[in-house]
Amino acid sequence: MTALAVENVSKNFGGVSALANISLNVSRGERRILLGPNGAGKTTLFHTISGAVTPSGGRITLFGIDITRLRPDRRARLGLARTFQITNLFPRLTVLDSMLLALGGASGHSLQLIGSPSGYRSEYDKAHQLLEQWDLVGTARRVVRTLSYGEQRQLEIALALAGQPRLLLLDEPTAGLSPAETRRVVSMVHALPRDMTILMIEHDMDVAFELADRIAVMHQGRLIAEGDQAAIRANKQVTDIYLGAD
Amino acid sequence: MTARAWTIIGCFAVLALLFMLPEVLRPYYLALVTKMLIFALFAMSLDLLLGYTGLASLGHAAYFGVAAYTIALLIVRAGVDSGLAFPVALVAAAATGALFAPLALRARGSYFLMITFALAQVVWSVAFGWRSLTNGDDGIPDVVRPDFGWSLDSTTSFYYFVLAIVGLATLLLVAIVGSPFGRALRGIRESESRMQALGYNVWRYQYVAFVLAAAFAGIAGALYAYYNRFVGPEYLYVVQSAEALIMVILGGAGTLIGPAIGAGLIVFLEDFVSSMTAHWVLVLGIIYVLVTLFAPRGLIGLVDQLRQRRVKP
Repeated sequence: MTALAVENVSKNFGGVSALANISLNVSRGERRILLGPNGAGKTTLFHTISGAVTPSGGRITLFGIDITRLRPDRRARLGLARTFQITNLFPRLTVLDSMLLALGGASGHSLQLIGSPSGYRSEYDKAHQLLEQWDLVGTARRVVRTLSYGEQRQLEIALALAGQPRLLLLDEPTAGLSPAETRRVVSMVHALPRDMTILMIEHDMDVAFELADRIAVMHQGRLIAEGDQAAIRANKQVTDIYLGAD
Repeated sequence: MTARAWTIIGCFAVLALLFMLPEVLRPYYLALVTKMLIFALFAMSLDLLLGYTGLASLGHAAYFGVAAYTIALLIVRAGVDSGLAFPVALVAAAATGALFAPLALRARGSYFLMITFALAQVVWSVAFGWRSLTNGDDGIPDVVRPDFGWSLDSTTSFYYFVLAIVGLATLLLVAIVGSPFGRALRGIRESESRMQALGYNVWRYQYVAFVLAAAFAGIAGALYAYYNRFVGPEYLYVVQSAEALIMVILGGAGTLIGPAIGAGLIVFLEDFVSSMTAHWVLVLGIIYVLVTLFAPRGLIGLVDQLRQRRVKP
């Protein structure tokens, strides 16, 4: 079954073509890595999938539902979650509050102005449990901006996962992390349920080849190669523009 | 003792003090404290937008003034019972907010500020220009206070009336700010895009916050009409909106106690300065400059800083 289908999606910023007729199929449970040099259009493609940017043309479906013009929050309700390349958290809220917000967004009942204390209790328990799972429980009462960069990246992923998404978009989750922290993120991703579909932008070649079922390579707004590890390693065009430096 | 216990003890101490004030204060100062309470509610209502949702409005006087004018027009022009006019005024303020919010929420940051300012000026110009209805800048006198079997004409009884209403409104605000809804507002203040990615309809939350802020401002405006037994276009003027902003910023945005303290201080200073010079707005400007320079997070932020310095020598 197809989890995500991108059909002929393009995006122009003024006269600049950021995406040119991108087509991409990710099947359910697949771990797909998006490779490409800076400026290839990877993050723009993520933005069109998550709804932050409306494509100039083409169609995007999520589990068969056309989401091309849907608001970001509606897409999230359909089971799409994302992390941001540049850490996008709640700097002045606590880690626990951030997690409670992530849970509230998924459940969708937090427009209640005055809630029942028992409802609060079960949400707190669930938030604590999730923080424990992601090794963040020690930071629960801390304000997010006082966390280390590595902890913030970890929280990004933990928040995205709180709603148990069906499709997870990870935008360079290991960028700027130490080798030890990178290992931790890799094992976090490894531990995710196998039926969760993951589309991930990654610059670290080792991480990419370790996690990927299939790899797609972008260059100058175009998709230039798609395939498994061996196919990508053997692709002449890819090695020229991307792996050539190795 | 825990911080929570101290907060509860503090609240009871303040409440006890407020209850005993009529015994110790001369009527002039009791009336001044009544005004402080009214503006504390006005400032807290603005903080729901500014401090909690991250939307800086320079037009909050519109909702305050619409409620005050509704009270005055209903009582003086239509002969409606004074107590009955109160809920109508509240609805009028909320409805004005519900009407203006979609226009203002098209923009963010300083553009939001300019739109809210422009909308409030429109209301002001109606109050100022429609002389046959509003008496223009002469205002509407003879706004009688409600009578629920006991008269609110004495300074003391009106003080208790305002204390009760502001107290109830504050309790509601505390509950709203502490609810999942309040938490979502703080999340939106911190990052709209992240909240959207988590599945929140950000616009709807901002809209509800806007209407709630207008409604609470309306309660304050209605009380102020009773307080002065008079309404005039200055209730709706930009100086009124700016004063509320300064109350919030001086006390500390993002808390409820901060704006309340800020309101008390500004009302007291205005009274004090006005007895000496006519240049109150000039003094207000200087206060604003000093606060942004030396206490950008307001008095509450200053207290926090001092406390942290004491903990970590």
